Amino acid sequence: MLRGKVIKLGDDVNTDLVIAGRYKFRSVSVEDMAKHIFEDIDPTLASRIKPGDIVVAGKNFGCGSSREQAPRVMVVAGIAAVVAKSFARIFFRNAINVGLPVLAVDEKFVDSTFEADLLEVDLAKSTVRNVTRNLEVNFKPFPQQLLQILEAGGLVSYVKKKGALF
Amino acid sequence: MATTAEKILAKASEAKRVEPGEFVVANVDFVFAHDGTAPLMIDVIREFGVTTLKLAGKSALFIDHAAPSPSLQSSILHKKMREFAARYGIKLFDVGEGVCHQVVMDYYLAQPGYVVVGADSHTTIHGATGAFAVGVGSTDAAFALTTGRLWFKVPETIKVTLKGKLELGVFSKDIALALLKELGTDGASYMTIEYHDELSPKLSQSAKATISNLSAEMGAKAAIFPVEPFTPDRDAAYFSEIDLDCSCLEPLIAKPPLPSNVVPVSEVENIEVNEVFIGSCTNGRLEDLEIAARILKGKKVREGVRCVVIPASRKVYEKALENNIIDTLVKAGCVIGPPTCGPCVGAHMGLLGPEETALSTANRNFTGRMGDPSAKIFLASPATAAATALEGKIVDPRKYLRG
Repeated sequence: MLRGKVIKLGDDVNTDLVIAGRYKFRSVSVEDMAKHIFEDIDPTLASRIKPGDIVVAGKNFGCGSSREQAPRVMVVAGIAAVVAKSFARIFFRNAINVGLPVLAVDEKFVDSTFEADLLEVDLAKSTVRNVTRNLEVNFKPFPQQLLQILEAGGLVSYVKKKGALF
Repeated sequence: MATTAEKILAKASEAKRVEPGEFVVANVDFVFAHDGTAPLMIDVIREFGVTTLKLAGKSALFIDHAAPSPSLQSSILHKKMREFAARYGIKLFDVGEGVCHQVVMDYYLAQPGYVVVGADSHTTIHGATGAFAVGVGSTDAAFALTTGRLWFKVPETIKVTLKGKLELGVFSKDIALALLKELGTDGASYMTIEYHDELSPKLSQSAKATISNLSAEMGAKAAIFPVEPFTPDRDAAYFSEIDLDCSCLEPLIAKPPLPSNVVPVSEVENIEVNEVFIGSCTNGRLEDLEIAARILKGKKVREGVRCVVIPASRKVYEKALENNIIDTLVKAGCVIGPPTCGPCVGAHMGLLGPEETALSTANRNFTGRMGDPSAKIFLASPATAAATALEGKIVDPRKYLRG
């Protein structure tokens, strides 16, 4: 069970907004880049993110560039999951591969959830609960293998645990 | 029964047929990454702990996003790529060879019916060659390079039929912008767009590439112009079908901060620009530079405007030199950069300062994409870009093309 405070973002949050290209080519490590997470949305956001926080966003989260640095800086910044109306496909794959749970839920749930609300995510039961507003929503369960990759903390850890690539 | 994407994925997963929504593990025919995605891919391969890469012979690395290196950090990453490529016998296209997608096309590295996996979102461009070409992140590219395979969810297909005849001053960029307006940034999300070119005259390969490239901005997983024998069955099932009469299109432009924010150029005429960028995997090909040169020939870029022109590859550059296109552009006052992604990715070579405005022929006008987050980016065709460079304000290019 994941439990954290909401960071509320809008529609079409692209991967340039997660981490701008100007930092991507000036940094060698994801840890360096993470200091600039979401900078072009709000320069103060990076300093307000607490480990365990959950991003709640509108449609098409993660559109744009295929940069896997985007979900990686979110993991490094301590974001525990992203709950959104929908996800762009490359970001979705990348997030699973780096162990960041990405949960597509009903639009109404997103619209009724606000900054700093308290959320609980149960991956096994496929539910997201807004504790502050007493709302609960189901998301489409992950296929078993994707859930295992997420639980392992990403594809690399999954492969190591399994001892083989298949 | 099957669309082109379904036919290619069935072949690649050694199945008789595949259905949309089904998960398949497909054999990958070609995999590539660039300096924005390869360094992480190399880390992941190291973490896998493997010593052989199954697809090493069918792969390539490109140093194109920050090339030549503008920073020590980039230089460190480039060095890491060169050492990795040498160690595993992977073909590396180094500084100056050009933007990965254009180089892949120049050397015919993607073929009709291939499953192409590229660690770059605009990999959809290789659908113009008839490939099922999909953009992925570094970990997926690492997996494909190591094992030769990757899982896919078989996508639904949207059939788009392009009809009519393009008017003077209207180009494939305008077709793509018209579709972006209609589909939005996620209208083709998780889906394949299958393009049917019924235009008269037909689109050039370069023009098709622009459309397949920009399909990524519609959320598309792949964007295929079918090539025999991978053409769809007559009774293929589509998610939806769109007929676009291109005869009635006019020059279009995407306003910041989304590529789907499309209006006729005439609606934003007179907005002053500080920079014009002609280049990128979207519109940095020979015919793009050619039309720009036609408009700029014997004239001068407006004083105070930086007109940055970057050929998409060394081959494009060479041809543009042979045809005196570069000569024309330099004499008109353009700055020519070496083949690279340039300012499109915000790495170098013409970044925007606070409150500045640019007109770019590239693919994304997101906040902060080309420099300062307060800068504004408009996206349009090379013709609109060249005309805008002349006047220092956004302008419909048609008056420069008549007669």
